[in-house]
Amino acid sequence: MSKPLDYENLNENVKKCQYAVRGELYLRASELQKEGKKIIFTNVGNPHALGQKPLTFPRQVIALCQAPFLLDDPNVGLVFPSDTIARAKHYLSLTSGGLGAYSDSRGVPGIRKEVAEFIERRDGYPSDPELIFLTDGASKGVMQILNATIRGDRDGILVPVPQYPLYSATISLLGGSLIPYYLEETANWGLDIVNLRQSVAQARSQGITVRAMVIINPGNPTGQCLSIANLKEVLQFCYQNNLVLLGDEVYQQNIYQDERPFISARKVLMDMGGPISKELQLVSFHTVSKGYWGECGQRGGYFEMTNISPKTVEEIYKVASISLSPNVPGQIFLGLMVNPPKPGDISYERFVRESKGILESLRKRAQIMTDGFNSCRNVVCNFTEGAMYSFPQIRLPPKAIEAAKKAGKVPDVFYCLKLLEATGISTVPGSGFGQKDGVFHLRTTILPAEEDMPAIMASFKKFNDEFMEQYEDYRGYSRM
Amino acid sequence: MRRFLAHNARRRNNFTNCVLQHGTFPLRIWTSTSSPGHFSGSVTSGGSASAPPLTLDTINPKVLKCEYAVLGETFILAQRLQQKLKENPGSNPFNELLYCNLGNPHSLGQQPITFFREVLALCDHPTMLDRAETRGYFSADAVERAFQILNQIPERATGAYSHTQGIKGLRDTIASGIEARDGYPADPNDIFLIDGASPAVHIIIQLLIRSEKDGILCPIPQYPLYSGSVALHGGSLVPYYLDEETGWGLEISELKNQLETAKSKGITVRALVVINPGNPTGQVLAESNQREIVDFCKNEGLVLLADEVYQENVYVPDKKFHSFKKVSQSMKYGEEDIPLVSLQSISKGYYGECGRRGGYMEVTGFSSEIREQIYKVASLDTCSNISGQILASLVMNPPKVGDESYESFSAEKEAILSSLARRAKTLEDALNSLEGVTCNRAEGAMYLFPRIELPKKAIEAAKAVNTAPDAFYARCLLHATGIVVIPGCGFGQVPGQWHFRCTILPQEDKIPVIVSRLTEFHKAFMDEFRD
Repeated sequence: MSKPLDYENLNENVKKCQYAVRGELYLRASELQKEGKKIIFTNVGNPHALGQKPLTFPRQVIALCQAPFLLDDPNVGLVFPSDTIARAKHYLSLTSGGLGAYSDSRGVPGIRKEVAEFIERRDGYPSDPELIFLTDGASKGVMQILNATIRGDRDGILVPVPQYPLYSATISLLGGSLIPYYLEETANWGLDIVNLRQSVAQARSQGITVRAMVIINPGNPTGQCLSIANLKEVLQFCYQNNLVLLGDEVYQQNIYQDERPFISARKVLMDMGGPISKELQLVSFHTVSKGYWGECGQRGGYFEMTNISPKTVEEIYKVASISLSPNVPGQIFLGLMVNPPKPGDISYERFVRESKGILESLRKRAQIMTDGFNSCRNVVCNFTEGAMYSFPQIRLPPKAIEAAKKAGKVPDVFYCLKLLEATGISTVPGSGFGQKDGVFHLRTTILPAEEDMPAIMASFKKFNDEFMEQYEDYRGYSRM
Repeated sequence: MRRFLAHNARRRNNFTNCVLQHGTFPLRIWTSTSSPGHFSGSVTSGGSASAPPLTLDTINPKVLKCEYAVLGETFILAQRLQQKLKENPGSNPFNELLYCNLGNPHSLGQQPITFFREVLALCDHPTMLDRAETRGYFSADAVERAFQILNQIPERATGAYSHTQGIKGLRDTIASGIEARDGYPADPNDIFLIDGASPAVHIIIQLLIRSEKDGILCPIPQYPLYSGSVALHGGSLVPYYLDEETGWGLEISELKNQLETAKSKGITVRALVVINPGNPTGQVLAESNQREIVDFCKNEGLVLLADEVYQENVYVPDKKFHSFKKVSQSMKYGEEDIPLVSLQSISKGYYGECGRRGGYMEVTGFSSEIREQIYKVASLDTCSNISGQILASLVMNPPKVGDESYESFSAEKEAILSSLARRAKTLEDALNSLEGVTCNRAEGAMYLFPRIELPKKAIEAAKAVNTAPDAFYARCLLHATGIVVIPGCGFGQVPGQWHFRCTILPQEDKIPVIVSRLTEFHKAFMDEFRD
């Protein structure tokens, strides 16, 4: 008798789903690390793992919430700034029994209200806390919304290529269909409305009902920041084609150029006014894992629903309630993020100094990396306008592609494995994110410490040049 | 005499009026009227004139189908009532709600374990460890433990994503804890740290269910995470009834019957869920029973999903918790071990840290291919929250004899557990004293699940307002007394029988008022509806 749970009788959808960020390269890097090799993990947007220090203010507040007996001590004011004490007391009073009690399944009401107020300050339009659900990280929120949307393999979700593979993996897992729309690398990873229309037409001709469109703004892995015009186009497109727009905006604090500051999809929608602003269905996602906070390990995030009917919201609430509640410390981090120290608060100056320091450094590192990649003759790299990644295109000579085939590997996986073994730099091959046929990339983060950057880029260049010497034979490069 | 009759008449109006006012519930009633299965409603493309893309007509039907009574109808009514009390104190015969619906100890005043919170605070803000004036606030062993844990985390970064299965050092600690508990070795690579037991259940169910032809054997009554998850993933729930007469006993003959019935309907049963100690039923399985269950799974080729989150909540001297891992190991199948998923959580026990979302699943007896698939699905979420991971390691490796905090820790733990045992007994006795109510003792867990013989008149009154009889009773109870319980239909029960689940968690000083209000209400209810 076959085993009760074996590969043969495993849910097919599970077999289909892939998630490269923690896939082959990462596993190989972990193996090498165990063997004692020094690995520079640039495979995932995980700032604190690469030396970024947590902001002081939220850690002080959360420590006080963890151990409320500290608040009872008469000398606590000598050791903790008074605004951290006030904040800790404030959040504890909002909970139903401290950090250890389940909150409302949608999140602590007081914190949802803080999120709504943040959104209103940011966009200039009121936001309803009842339409904001806090989640254990934005990923869980994405999975919940996709789960509500996808009924079967006839339901398609438009996803950008390249994309963060949470989307492709989740769509596979839920048994839906992924409809790719290609971002245009030569136009700075811009949105191509013609390609979008073609993708939808093609899907429909195959009997697929297109249900939703995902935009990642700023982009992952591509980093591009959408312009207002682009956002308007997207919104109109979704409206005309009856799609829910899923706006992954988790990198909204990570902007490294001044031409296109972050503007939320919701703001653009509300600015447009008219029927579209009252009818277009939008779900927006945010997190404490990115930005200058980088608190990935807390698992804190939220989604905000716009123009989703109360009955539908109820059903989404119901599914959330099966998991009882998002983790309370993560919710508090979220509250602190959307409601940081203000001018005049004791902790304000230090908070601003720490935040600015991180953002300025990220901006510098984005530039160092882009320049470093572009200094290699077979590498073309768009500037990282936002988010946390660099996504250079590596032009591989035909001999390299053949060698990869022989080794049973996709060409960019082959390249990245060699890079790993030679330099310890652990990246994620572009095939994990999707790319045009015959075009290869890798994704790395801009997160290694600033002082380490020059050495890392030099190490990369040395490897790349040696790789090219080994495989080049003047037959030309991979297409493009 | 007249006054007494008039008083009764007012009360009669009260019950039915209350339910009429609040009974017809627009969003969810006890039998789901939404029809799952087929795509109801098409989503057309083009223009603003068509229906929006995400509505009740076009939402995933499995979402419509799944239910979770613990936070369902009765709870929602209670929330509304709470709001009403806030805005209009004096509008009801009571001035506060008495929540007996959810296993959420800290929300009812239970205090966290000091040592655990000390370690967590230090890990969250390690600057306190580096400075003498802050270090002085904490016990020496908490400081030491925090240092130990932080050294197991690269860069001491509790804000970084960890390995998908959780920080290795913490898994090592947990594996040691499991070994100390069971007397059999545990492999840290078998451990997946998770955001509470619920995500783990979703992962396993997702792996098992290919279509509605795949079934999962679940106890009736059960904690509705299981039925909810099975519905959400499009599988079939195969019920097996626990025997109330024998203290909620689990009979292998019942398992066999249900399995055969399912097979005859063309369902492939993939797994058996056992909750031990039980929820809502509270029974603790005898070791011999557990061996029969393991044998059954072996013979029938089933995955055993052992929900053991209440393992530290056992209140009776004649029962002891034995993990299924230990039982299975003791049966020495060796290479042919049954595939077993053991769940533990930080939400229960004496620590009750529900709001953290932490716990682990220990996965044994699966091929490495399947282990990779479990890892893959878990990795979509990157990792579980670090604070919860740390707490799981503390729960599985608490202060020991000789540690500075041991005595105070033991005292806190003992106080909570003995209080829980007392409250379980007091409430059990109170329930058994009510007319038409029988209640099995709570051997473990955090609940009582009394059975009520509802008179015919009550059942008819319930039908008249389109409500299940036990939901009707629960609602009347809520509106008369402010006591919030969950009707048995939310957990499943033998058809025609009625129960409700009541937690033993309100603080000890609240128990007398709960008992007196409940007793008074029940008498009036029975006076009203007695045949």
